Amino acid sequence: MEIPVTDIKFSDEKLAKVKEIMGRYPEGRSKSALLPVLHIAQKQFGNWLSVPVMDYVASLFQIKPIEVYEVATFYSMYNMKPVGKCFIEFCQTGPCMCSGVEDIMEYTEQKLGIKMGETTRDERFTIKGVECLGACGYAPMAQIGEYYYENLTKEKIDKIIDLFGKDDFNPDHKYDI
Amino acid sequence: MGRKLLLEHANVPEIHTYQVYRAKGGYSAVEKALKMTPDEVMEEVKKSGLRGRGGAGFPTGMKWSFLDRKSEKPRYLVCNADESEPGTFKDRYVMEKIPHLLIEGLICSSFALGSNTTFIYIRGEYKWIVGILEKAIAEAKNAGFLGKNILGSGFNLEIYVNNGAGAYICGEETALLESLEGKRGNPRMKPPFPAISGLYGSPTVVNNVETLAAVVPILNLGGDEYAKIGIGKSTGTKLISACGNIKKPGVYEIDLGLPVYEFLNSDEYCGGIRDGHRLKAVIPGGSSVPILPADLFYKNIKGEERNMSYESLSDGGFVSGSMLGSGGFIAMDETVCIVRNTWTFARFYHHESCGQCSPCREGTGWMEKVLHRLEFGHGHMHDIDLLVDVAKKIEGNTICPLGDAAAWPVAAAIRHFREEFEYHVTHADKVKNSRLAHLDDYKKELVLL
Amino acid sequence: MIKVTIDGVEIEVEPGTTILNAARKAGGAIVPPAMCYYSKLKGSGGKCRTCLVKVTAGSEKDPRPMPKLVASCSTGVQDGMVVQNITSPEVVEARKGVVEFLLLNHPLDCPICDQAGECHLQDLAFEHGAAKTRYEEERRKFDKIDIGDKIQLHMTRCILCYRCVYTADQITNERVHGVLKRGDASEISTYIENVIENDFSGNVIDVCPVGALTDKTFRFKSRVWFVKPMNAHRDCSKCCGKTAVWLHGEEIYRVTGRKDQYGEVEEFICNECRFDKKSKSDWVIEGPREVERWSVIRQNKYEIGTQVQAPKNIGYGNITV
Repeated sequence: MEIPVTDIKFSDEKLAKVKEIMGRYPEGRSKSALLPVLHIAQKQFGNWLSVPVMDYVASLFQIKPIEVYEVATFYSMYNMKPVGKCFIEFCQTGPCMCSGVEDIMEYTEQKLGIKMGETTRDERFTIKGVECLGACGYAPMAQIGEYYYENLTKEKIDKIIDLFGKDDFNPDHKYDI
Repeated sequence: MGRKLLLEHANVPEIHTYQVYRAKGGYSAVEKALKMTPDEVMEEVKKSGLRGRGGAGFPTGMKWSFLDRKSEKPRYLVCNADESEPGTFKDRYVMEKIPHLLIEGLICSSFALGSNTTFIYIRGEYKWIVGILEKAIAEAKNAGFLGKNILGSGFNLEIYVNNGAGAYICGEETALLESLEGKRGNPRMKPPFPAISGLYGSPTVVNNVETLAAVVPILNLGGDEYAKIGIGKSTGTKLISACGNIKKPGVYEIDLGLPVYEFLNSDEYCGGIRDGHRLKAVIPGGSSVPILPADLFYKNIKGEERNMSYESLSDGGFVSGSMLGSGGFIAMDETVCIVRNTWTFARFYHHESCGQCSPCREGTGWMEKVLHRLEFGHGHMHDIDLLVDVAKKIEGNTICPLGDAAAWPVAAAIRHFREEFEYHVTHADKVKNSRLAHLDDYKKELVLL
Repeated sequence: MIKVTIDGVEIEVEPGTTILNAARKAGGAIVPPAMCYYSKLKGSGGKCRTCLVKVTAGSEKDPRPMPKLVASCSTGVQDGMVVQNITSPEVVEARKGVVEFLLLNHPLDCPICDQAGECHLQDLAFEHGAAKTRYEEERRKFDKIDIGDKIQLHMTRCILCYRCVYTADQITNERVHGVLKRGDASEISTYIENVIENDFSGNVIDVCPVGALTDKTFRFKSRVWFVKPMNAHRDCSKCCGKTAVWLHGEEIYRVTGRKDQYGEVEEFICNECRFDKKSKSDWVIEGPREVERWSVIRQNKYEIGTQVQAPKNIGYGNITV
């Protein structure tokens, strides 16, 4: 979903938050707030960072747009392409692999009819294999929105797809799965 | 029951709130510290023998003493909460369960170092923990433990949480500082070290979450008492995050020096390998430390029982030993394919290389591709030696330790499980369709327990 | 002044000098090669790892050796330091590894690359590399893109030395390109198709050690060893006006900065001198310019070698049947 360029502007409340974060750092060092502000921008403007969004952030910091592009493309949590509302990121590194995450990933692919890195046509789900999320003791696991969903089983995947595909799904909420 | 210094109250209901934490004796270390001089606090830490809990194990007191105190610039303490090493999830446990312990440790440490603005740099994926920490900070401030003139001591301190955005490399202290300055997480050239020129070019100390939390019991007990716990130069308690094919994965606090057998098999800790299976290999300190086959894990090459300490686990060097590292303990049973496991680690390091220096940028990708080839039955016999050689050419030749971290697991896996790699070449058809280990043809004897 | 010994050669330098610059002061074979360091660009260096050397004694006061090889471009000398460059087998081996890494994703097609003959990677590979590659996988490829009408970027050839980024930051006032993504997916890019437009943008061509950034007004007009470099100058309101013009007969094929033996320009020049002044009447030509750098181009011609006949039953080159 494309947001018109004119609508890319933080609300007064968000802008106040941004200014507060920038103010935590010494004078002339407000660029330190770039990562947190990009997180806020991503969340606000459709869960990804389009060029106009990054340009807007650059204008807030009074830095060159390329400085924002450089940072945004470095970190894996900034989405440089649109993703579904329910963005399931499976941890696939060593310990999760030992605990059978690959079966869970395959099961999810089959169930949704898409491959890792793809988005369903209704734009509700995006699935992706990512690297270690620091939940090795509770493997297999995935991050969905703000939270971790751990000790995943096929039954839990069924439940997630069922529940998180609904219109009222809120990625900021921790669901009991 | 083992002694608990950090996690003593971890399971007390509502311990994440200020009231409950305070009622359990919390913030007494701050009260104690602020009546001392900063140098006296540092002296206690030195006496405790505390070593960095993030992985390198460098003596914390010594690291603190390197901080440039003559500089006119402000000094900074930065808490490294960018926990991303596969197998490691102990810092998360502390921050989620008892956030005030970290805040208390930060206040004491900031006082000792003279930092008036202290940052917690937390990995971006731990989004919900940012809220937990910020709430704890607000509560502590409300209670007068943060802000201006804390407890009338004249010491001012603000703590801020800054979240990363998905980059393992930002756990390296100079990359972390770059990221904290709002830049790409490219590690800096050293020297200068952060103690001289760190955040914003100011003298800076970067310490791991657990290290800073440990300052609390050190002050409560006194450095000398703390140093009595443990074994040799491995003093105090350590959090171990245990995972893999064990009965009870989780975070455990142990006295350093606990026999490895007891840690893995007693019901108080890991509870042993899951039923019907046997131990094949252990990675004792996070994915970057060398893997050990079961026999070498239990006993060193001289036949002595190993214990959970910096010295004992590294006994034998990289030929027959490993490292305590960050305490990310991964136990694998006989179903785990070492080639596949090594490949996922290589993929991890390839994904996480910042790309700044050529051996790491190109070498990590190369190793991943060769391991992928082997795992999926397209490898050649010479690929195994090629991997060893590539690992050798990365190791020690990069700007930061990520190159070493990527090279060690590959080299160690081949060192101890070469037959398994060779099997992947000689039995390509068999390995193609199976993710599991291919047991029947192993020549290597597994220790049966 | 402090004393440092590199490969047995004693050199006296100012405190604060790097090992590499100390070696350059003495010159000759003891100078480590450098692909990313550029003395005129602040912050450059340390990345490519070709200049790694072994420090066998840290200083007079503390003669312990350094545990790892160090990047000579970013390590300062200490009084009494002893350094090994080519006399250390460890360094030679590591350097061979670095060359292999740099070539891993670099196309091995020098004959069709415009930089051939003055390419630092080509020279480095010739001197320190292996004859055969051990890399079996596909190399990464990018499309050629024009960043402005005079400069072409071919990311496929880039070795990520960051020099052009530092140049844009420090020589020009508007940087629109940078390093995007990370790891081996990193690329030099403007992200959005942007044009580098300022009076000094052309200097990114001169600092590029490989054929990633090339002069579109010169591309494929001639092999560099068929054009003759001449020192020339003109009155220029924007830059020093001191350049090297490259003659093909009476025609100026290209204009560049004057490069020293390490491939670094003496002074940066403006785009007007570089791209617009292609007539001999624009310049006062001082005389032929010695190419100090050892390279194909230095010969100004191919060396006549012995003619080799390929075995008839094989056909091409050294293929073993």
